[in-house]
Amino acid sequence: MGPLITQGIISPEWNPILAFVIGMAFGFALEQGGFSSARKLAGVFYGYDMIVLRVFLTAMLTASVGLLFFNYLGWIDYDLIYVNPTFLWSLIVGGAMVGTGIIMAGFCPGTSFAAAAIGKIDAMVFIGGLAIGVFIYGETYELIWQGIYEAADFGRIRIYETLGISSGLFMFLFIIFALVLFWLTIPIKRKFSQRNLKY
Amino acid sequence: MNTQTPKKYMNPYLAGFILGLALLAAFYLTGRGLGASGAIKSTVTAVVKTVAPEHAEKSHFFTKYFQGDKSPLNSWLVFEIIGVVFGGFLSGAISGRLKLRIEHSPKITAKKRLIFAALGGVIVGMGAALGRGCASGAALSGMAVLSTAGFISFIAIFGTAFLFAYFFRKLWI
Repeated sequence: MGPLITQGIISPEWNPILAFVIGMAFGFALEQGGFSSARKLAGVFYGYDMIVLRVFLTAMLTASVGLLFFNYLGWIDYDLIYVNPTFLWSLIVGGAMVGTGIIMAGFCPGTSFAAAAIGKIDAMVFIGGLAIGVFIYGETYELIWQGIYEAADFGRIRIYETLGISSGLFMFLFIIFALVLFWLTIPIKRKFSQRNLKY
Repeated sequence: MNTQTPKKYMNPYLAGFILGLALLAAFYLTGRGLGASGAIKSTVTAVVKTVAPEHAEKSHFFTKYFQGDKSPLNSWLVFEIIGVVFGGFLSGAISGRLKLRIEHSPKITAKKRLIFAALGGVIVGMGAALGRGCASGAALSGMAVLSTAGFISFIAIFGTAFLFAYFFRKLWI
Protein backbone atom coordinates (compact mmCIF):
# COMPACT_ATOMS: atom_id res chain seq x y z
CA MET A 1 0.00 0.00 0.00
CA GLY A 2 1.25 3.46 -0.90
CA PRO A 3 2.90 5.83 -0.43
CA LEU A 4 5.64 3.25 -1.00
CA ILE A 5 8.67 5.15 0.28
CA THR A 6 6.86 6.69 3.28
CA GLN A 7 5.79 3.19 4.33
CA GLY A 8 9.28 1.77 3.80
CA ILE A 9 8.15 -0.59 1.00
CA ILE A 10 10.76 0.95 -1.31
CA SER A 11 14.09 2.06 0.14
CA PRO A 12 14.61 5.86 0.29
CA GLU A 13 17.77 5.30 -1.76
CA TRP A 14 15.48 5.13 -4.77
CA ASN A 15 14.36 8.70 -4.15
CA PRO A 16 16.76 10.48 -6.54
CA ILE A 17 16.03 8.05 -9.39
CA LEU A 18 12.27 8.23 -8.91
CA ALA A 19 12.46 12.01 -8.65
CA PHE A 20 14.36 12.15 -11.92
CA VAL A 21 11.94 9.85 -13.77
CA ILE A 22 8.82 11.59 -12.45
CA GLY A 23 10.43 14.95 -13.24
CA MET A 24 11.06 13.78 -16.80
CA ALA A 25 7.37 12.96 -17.28
CA PHE A 26 6.49 16.33 -15.74
CA GLY A 27 8.86 18.24 -18.05
CA PHE A 28 7.79 16.25 -21.10
CA ALA A 29 4.10 16.95 -20.47
CA LEU A 30 4.76 20.66 -19.81
CA GLU A 31 6.72 21.09 -23.04
CA GLN A 32 4.30 19.01 -25.14
CA GLY A 33 1.38 20.97 -23.72
CA GLY A 34 2.93 24.26 -24.80
CA PHE A 35 4.00 25.58 -21.37
CA SER A 36 7.51 26.12 -22.74
CA SER A 37 6.11 29.16 -24.54
CA ALA A 38 5.54 32.22 -22.35
CA ARG A 39 3.27 33.71 -24.99
CA LYS A 40 1.05 30.63 -25.03
CA LEU A 41 0.95 30.57 -21.23
CA ALA A 42 0.05 34.26 -20.96
CA GLY A 43 -2.75 33.68 -23.50
CA VAL A 44 -5.18 32.53 -20.85
CA PHE A 45 -5.15 36.01 -19.30
CA TYR A 46 -6.16 37.63 -22.61
CA GLY A 47 -8.37 34.88 -24.01
CA TYR A 48 -6.26 33.98 -27.05
CA ASP A 49 -4.90 30.68 -25.72
CA MET A 50 -6.44 28.37 -23.15
CA ILE A 51 -3.76 25.75 -22.51
CA VAL A 52 -3.12 26.86 -18.92
CA LEU A 53 -6.68 26.25 -17.86
CA ARG A 54 -7.06 23.05 -19.87
CA VAL A 55 -3.76 21.42 -18.92
CA PHE A 56 -3.71 22.60 -15.30
CA LEU A 57 -7.26 21.57 -14.43
CA THR A 58 -7.00 18.24 -16.27
CA ALA A 59 -3.82 17.43 -14.34
CA MET A 60 -5.41 18.47 -11.06
CA LEU A 61 -8.55 16.39 -11.73
CA THR A 62 -6.52 13.33 -12.79
CA ALA A 63 -4.40 13.41 -9.65
CA SER A 64 -7.13 14.31 -7.13
CA VAL A 65 -9.69 11.82 -8.47
CA GLY A 66 -6.91 9.25 -8.78
CA LEU A 67 -5.88 9.74 -5.15
CA LEU A 68 -9.47 9.38 -3.92
CA PHE A 69 -9.87 6.15 -5.92
CA PHE A 70 -6.50 4.81 -4.73
CA ASN A 71 -7.66 5.48 -1.17
CA TYR A 72 -11.04 3.84 -1.79
CA LEU A 73 -9.37 0.77 -3.28
CA GLY A 74 -6.92 0.62 -0.37
CA TRP A 75 -3.87 1.27 -2.57
CA ILE A 76 -2.77 4.37 -0.70
CA ASP A 77 -3.11 5.68 2.84
CA TYR A 78 -4.69 9.06 2.26
CA ASP A 79 -3.60 10.26 5.71
CA LEU A 80 0.08 9.71 4.91
CA ILE A 81 0.03 12.05 1.93
CA TYR A 82 1.58 15.48 2.46
CA VAL A 83 -1.09 18.15 2.93
CA ASN A 84 0.08 21.72 2.45
CA PRO A 85 -0.42 23.74 5.64
CA THR A 86 -2.80 26.67 5.45
CA PHE A 87 -1.01 29.82 6.58
CA LEU A 88 -3.63 32.20 5.32
CA TRP A 89 -1.73 35.49 4.91
CA SER A 90 1.47 34.11 3.43
CA LEU A 91 -0.62 32.13 0.93
CA ILE A 92 -2.52 35.23 -0.17
CA VAL A 93 0.42 37.66 -0.29
CA GLY A 94 2.87 35.09 -1.69
CA GLY A 95 0.31 33.95 -4.26
CA ALA A 96 -0.38 37.53 -5.30
CA MET A 97 3.35 38.08 -5.84
CA VAL A 98 3.64 34.87 -7.88
CA GLY A 99 0.62 35.95 -9.96
CA THR A 100 2.15 39.38 -10.59
CA GLY A 101 5.44 37.85 -11.67
CA ILE A 102 3.67 35.36 -13.94
CA ILE A 103 1.82 38.06 -15.88
CA MET A 104 5.09 40.00 -16.27
CA ALA A 105 7.24 37.05 -17.31
CA GLY A 106 4.84 34.46 -18.75
CA PHE A 107 6.47 31.69 -16.73
CA CYS A 108 6.06 29.99 -13.42
CA PRO A 109 9.08 28.18 -11.98
CA GLY A 110 8.10 24.73 -13.33
CA THR A 111 7.39 25.87 -16.87
CA SER A 112 10.56 27.99 -17.03
CA PHE A 113 12.74 24.89 -16.66
CA ALA A 114 10.94 23.12 -19.51
CA ALA A 115 11.31 26.29 -21.62
CA ALA A 116 14.98 26.77 -20.78
CA ALA A 117 15.54 23.13 -21.76
CA ILE A 118 14.49 23.84 -25.37
CA GLY A 119 16.65 26.96 -25.58
CA LYS A 120 14.37 29.84 -24.52
CA ILE A 121 16.75 32.56 -23.34
CA ASP A 122 13.87 34.48 -21.71
CA ALA A 123 13.29 31.40 -19.52
CA MET A 124 16.95 31.25 -18.50
CA VAL A 125 16.82 34.91 -17.52
CA PHE A 126 13.62 34.22 -15.55
CA ILE A 127 15.37 31.41 -13.64
CA GLY A 128 18.21 33.83 -12.82
CA GLY A 129 15.55 36.22 -11.51
CA LEU A 130 14.03 33.46 -9.38
CA ALA A 131 17.38 32.79 -7.71
CA ILE A 132 17.92 36.49 -7.04
CA GLY A 133 14.37 36.73 -5.64
CA VAL A 134 14.94 33.80 -3.27
CA PHE A 135 18.27 35.31 -2.18
CA ILE A 136 16.69 38.72 -1.47
CA TYR A 137 13.89 36.97 0.44
CA GLY A 138 16.40 34.97 2.47
CA GLU A 139 18.45 38.04 3.34
CA THR A 140 15.40 40.07 4.39
CA TYR A 141 13.48 37.16 5.96
CA GLU A 142 13.66 38.26 9.60
CA LEU A 143 13.26 41.91 8.66
CA ILE A 144 10.20 41.75 6.42
CA TRP A 145 8.70 38.31 5.87
CA GLN A 146 8.93 36.14 9.00
CA GLY A 147 5.89 37.65 10.72
CA ILE A 148 3.58 37.16 7.78
CA TYR A 149 5.12 33.77 6.91
CA GLU A 150 4.14 32.35 10.29
CA ALA A 151 0.83 34.17 10.75
CA ALA A 152 -2.69 32.69 10.72
CA ASP A 153 -1.82 28.99 10.85
CA PHE A 154 -4.93 26.88 10.28
CA GLY A 155 -2.93 23.66 10.07
CA ARG A 156 -3.10 20.91 7.47
CA ILE A 157 -6.76 21.28 6.58
CA ARG A 158 -8.59 20.05 3.51
CA ILE A 159 -11.00 22.05 1.42
CA TYR A 160 -13.99 19.75 2.01
CA GLU A 161 -13.50 20.04 5.78
CA THR A 162 -13.36 23.82 5.46
CA LEU A 163 -16.60 23.75 3.47
CA GLY A 164 -18.17 21.14 5.77
CA ILE A 165 -19.02 18.61 3.04
CA SER A 166 -17.78 15.11 2.18
CA SER A 167 -14.74 14.61 -0.05
CA GLY A 168 -16.88 12.80 -2.63
CA LEU A 169 -19.43 15.58 -2.87
CA PHE A 170 -16.69 18.20 -3.16
CA MET A 171 -14.99 16.26 -5.93
CA PHE A 172 -18.28 15.84 -7.80
CA LEU A 173 -19.02 19.58 -7.62
CA PHE A 174 -15.48 20.47 -8.66
CA ILE A 175 -15.66 18.16 -11.68
CA ILE A 176 -18.88 19.89 -12.78
CA PHE A 177 -17.19 23.28 -12.26
CA ALA A 178 -14.15 22.19 -14.31
CA LEU A 179 -16.32 20.83 -17.14
CA VAL A 180 -18.19 24.14 -17.33
CA LEU A 181 -14.85 25.99 -17.51
CA PHE A 182 -13.56 23.62 -20.21
CA TRP A 183 -16.71 24.25 -22.22
CA LEU A 184 -16.38 28.02 -21.74
CA THR A 185 -12.82 28.02 -23.11
CA ILE A 186 -14.17 27.11 -26.56
CA PRO A 187 -16.22 30.30 -27.23
CA ILE A 188 -13.67 32.49 -25.39
CA LYS A 189 -10.79 31.26 -27.52
CA ARG A 190 -12.88 31.61 -30.68
CA LYS A 191 -13.72 35.20 -29.80
CA PHE A 192 -10.12 36.26 -29.19
CA SER A 193 -8.39 33.97 -31.65
CA GLN A 194 -7.76 36.75 -34.16
CA ARG A 195 -5.04 37.70 -31.71
CA ASN A 196 -3.66 34.21 -32.01
CA LEU A 197 -0.12 34.64 -33.20
CA LYS A 198 2.62 32.34 -34.33
CA TYR A 199 4.68 31.24 -31.37
CA MET B 1 19.12 23.42 -34.67
CA ASN B 2 16.18 22.31 -36.78
CA THR B 3 14.98 23.96 -39.95
CA GLN B 4 11.77 21.94 -40.17
CA THR B 5 8.51 23.48 -39.10
CA PRO B 6 7.95 22.56 -35.44
CA LYS B 7 5.28 19.95 -34.82
CA LYS B 8 2.02 21.03 -33.27
CA TYR B 9 1.63 20.93 -29.52
CA MET B 10 -0.08 17.95 -27.93
CA ASN B 11 -3.79 18.06 -27.20
CA PRO B 12 -3.93 20.04 -23.90
CA TYR B 13 -6.26 17.53 -22.23
CA LEU B 14 -3.90 14.68 -23.07
CA ALA B 15 -0.88 16.68 -21.84
CA GLY B 16 -2.80 17.47 -18.66
CA PHE B 17 -3.67 13.80 -18.19
CA ILE B 18 0.00 12.78 -18.51
CA LEU B 19 0.97 15.54 -16.09
CA GLY B 20 -1.73 14.33 -13.69
CA LEU B 21 -0.42 10.75 -13.90
CA ALA B 22 3.12 11.97 -13.10
CA LEU B 23 1.69 13.82 -10.10
CA LEU B 24 -0.29 10.77 -9.00
CA ALA B 25 2.85 8.63 -9.31
CA ALA B 26 4.75 11.12 -7.14
CA PHE B 27 2.10 10.83 -4.42
CA TYR B 28 1.86 7.04 -4.68
CA LEU B 29 5.61 6.54 -4.47
CA THR B 30 6.79 9.29 -2.14
CA GLY B 31 3.67 10.73 -0.50
CA ARG B 32 4.54 14.18 -1.84
CA GLY B 33 3.61 16.04 -4.99
CA LEU B 34 5.60 17.92 -7.58
CA GLY B 35 7.31 21.26 -7.18
CA ALA B 36 9.77 23.61 -8.75
CA SER B 37 10.52 26.62 -6.56
CA GLY B 38 11.80 24.31 -3.81
CA ALA B 39 14.70 23.34 -6.07
CA ILE B 40 15.64 27.02 -6.40
CA LYS B 41 15.50 27.47 -2.63
CA SER B 42 17.81 24.47 -2.16
CA THR B 43 20.24 25.72 -4.79
CA VAL B 44 20.38 29.28 -3.45
CA THR B 45 20.82 27.89 0.08
CA ALA B 46 23.69 25.67 -1.13
CA VAL B 47 25.42 28.66 -2.71
CA VAL B 48 24.98 30.88 0.36
CA LYS B 49 26.16 28.07 2.62
CA THR B 50 29.28 27.52 0.51
CA VAL B 51 30.17 31.20 0.12
CA ALA B 52 29.27 32.36 3.63
CA PRO B 53 28.67 29.37 5.95
CA GLU B 54 28.51 31.39 9.18
CA HIS B 55 26.07 33.83 7.64
CA ALA B 56 23.83 30.95 6.47
CA GLU B 57 23.85 29.37 9.94
CA LYS B 58 22.46 32.56 11.43
CA SER B 59 19.59 32.95 8.96
CA HIS B 60 16.18 31.64 9.99
CA PHE B 61 15.39 31.16 6.32
CA PHE B 62 18.43 29.32 4.99
CA THR B 63 18.73 26.99 7.99
CA LYS B 64 15.33 25.52 7.08
CA TYR B 65 16.87 24.02 3.93
CA PHE B 66 19.83 22.21 5.44
CA GLN B 67 20.32 20.03 8.45
CA GLY B 68 23.83 19.74 9.78
CA ASP B 69 26.33 18.90 7.08
CA LYS B 70 23.85 17.37 4.67
CA SER B 71 23.96 19.19 1.37
CA PRO B 72 20.80 21.16 0.55
CA LEU B 73 21.27 20.08 -3.06
CA ASN B 74 20.57 16.48 -2.09
CA SER B 75 16.85 17.05 -2.09
CA TRP B 76 14.04 15.38 -3.96
CA LEU B 77 13.01 18.49 -5.85
CA VAL B 78 16.49 19.12 -7.23
CA PHE B 79 16.57 15.68 -8.87
CA GLU B 80 13.00 16.21 -10.04
CA ILE B 81 13.94 19.50 -11.72
CA ILE B 82 16.95 17.91 -13.42
CA GLY B 83 14.38 15.41 -14.75
CA VAL B 84 12.11 18.27 -15.89
CA VAL B 85 14.97 19.73 -17.92
CA PHE B 86 15.70 16.34 -19.54
CA GLY B 87 12.00 15.68 -20.18
CA GLY B 88 11.49 19.14 -21.66
CA PHE B 89 14.56 18.72 -23.87
CA LEU B 90 13.38 15.30 -25.05
CA SER B 91 9.96 16.69 -25.92
CA GLY B 92 11.49 19.65 -27.76
CA ALA B 93 13.81 17.31 -29.67
CA ILE B 94 10.94 15.04 -30.75
CA SER B 95 8.81 17.98 -31.86
CA GLY B 96 11.56 20.00 -33.55
CA ARG B 97 11.41 22.91 -31.13
CA LEU B 98 15.03 23.02 -29.98
CA LYS B 99 16.26 26.51 -30.79
CA LEU B 100 18.20 29.10 -28.85
CA ARG B 101 16.01 32.19 -28.95
CA ILE B 102 14.27 34.95 -27.05
CA GLU B 103 10.53 34.59 -27.48
CA HIS B 104 8.67 37.88 -27.47
CA SER B 105 5.70 39.65 -29.01
CA PRO B 106 6.69 41.45 -32.25
CA LYS B 107 5.45 44.66 -30.63
CA ILE B 108 8.17 44.69 -27.98
CA THR B 109 11.95 44.43 -28.23
CA ALA B 110 13.94 41.41 -27.05
CA LYS B 111 15.58 43.64 -24.43
CA LYS B 112 12.24 44.67 -22.96
CA ARG B 113 11.15 41.04 -22.89
CA LEU B 114 14.27 40.02 -20.96
CA ILE B 115 13.91 42.88 -18.46
CA PHE B 116 10.35 41.85 -17.65
CA ALA B 117 11.30 38.16 -17.55
CA ALA B 118 14.03 38.97 -15.00
CA LEU B 119 11.80 41.27 -12.92
CA GLY B 120 8.96 38.75 -12.99
CA GLY B 121 11.42 36.08 -11.90
CA VAL B 122 12.55 38.10 -8.88
CA ILE B 123 8.94 38.70 -7.78
CA VAL B 124 7.95 35.04 -8.33
CA GLY B 125 11.08 33.94 -6.43
CA MET B 126 10.14 36.02 -3.40
CA GLY B 127 6.43 35.15 -3.64
CA ALA B 128 7.05 31.41 -3.93
CA ALA B 129 9.31 31.52 -0.87
CA LEU B 130 6.68 33.39 1.11
CA GLY B 131 3.68 31.41 -0.16
CA ARG B 132 5.33 28.01 0.46
CA GLY B 133 5.46 27.15 -3.21
CA CYS B 134 4.59 28.18 -6.74
CA ALA B 135 1.94 27.17 -9.24
CA SER B 136 3.15 23.53 -9.29
CA GLY B 137 3.99 22.92 -5.64
CA ALA B 138 1.47 25.07 -3.84
CA ALA B 139 -1.43 25.28 -6.30
CA LEU B 140 -1.34 22.09 -8.43
CA SER B 141 -0.01 19.61 -5.85
CA GLY B 142 -1.92 21.40 -3.08
CA MET B 143 -5.21 21.12 -4.96
CA ALA B 144 -4.54 17.49 -5.92
CA VAL B 145 -4.60 16.51 -2.21
CA LEU B 146 -7.62 18.81 -1.77
CA SER B 147 -5.77 20.98 0.75
CA THR B 148 -7.45 24.28 1.54
CA ALA B 149 -4.04 25.90 1.05
CA GLY B 150 -3.88 24.71 -2.56
CA PHE B 151 -7.18 26.33 -3.46
CA ILE B 152 -6.22 29.61 -1.75
CA SER B 153 -2.89 29.60 -3.64
CA PHE B 154 -4.66 28.92 -6.93
CA ILE B 155 -7.13 31.79 -6.42
CA ALA B 156 -4.40 34.19 -5.24
CA ILE B 157 -2.03 33.38 -8.12
CA PHE B 158 -4.48 33.33 -11.01
CA GLY B 159 -6.77 36.01 -9.56
CA THR B 160 -3.87 38.47 -9.28
CA ALA B 161 -2.56 37.62 -12.74
CA PHE B 162 -6.01 38.29 -14.22
CA LEU B 163 -6.32 41.48 -12.17
CA PHE B 164 -3.00 42.87 -13.44
CA ALA B 165 -3.30 41.47 -16.99
CA TYR B 166 -4.65 44.79 -18.25
CA PHE B 167 -1.56 46.73 -17.10
CA PHE B 168 0.85 44.35 -18.81
CA ARG B 169 -1.22 43.76 -21.97
CA LYS B 170 1.32 45.53 -24.21
CA LEU B 171 3.86 42.82 -23.40
CA TRP B 172 1.63 40.15 -24.90
CA ILE B 173 -1.05 41.45 -27.30
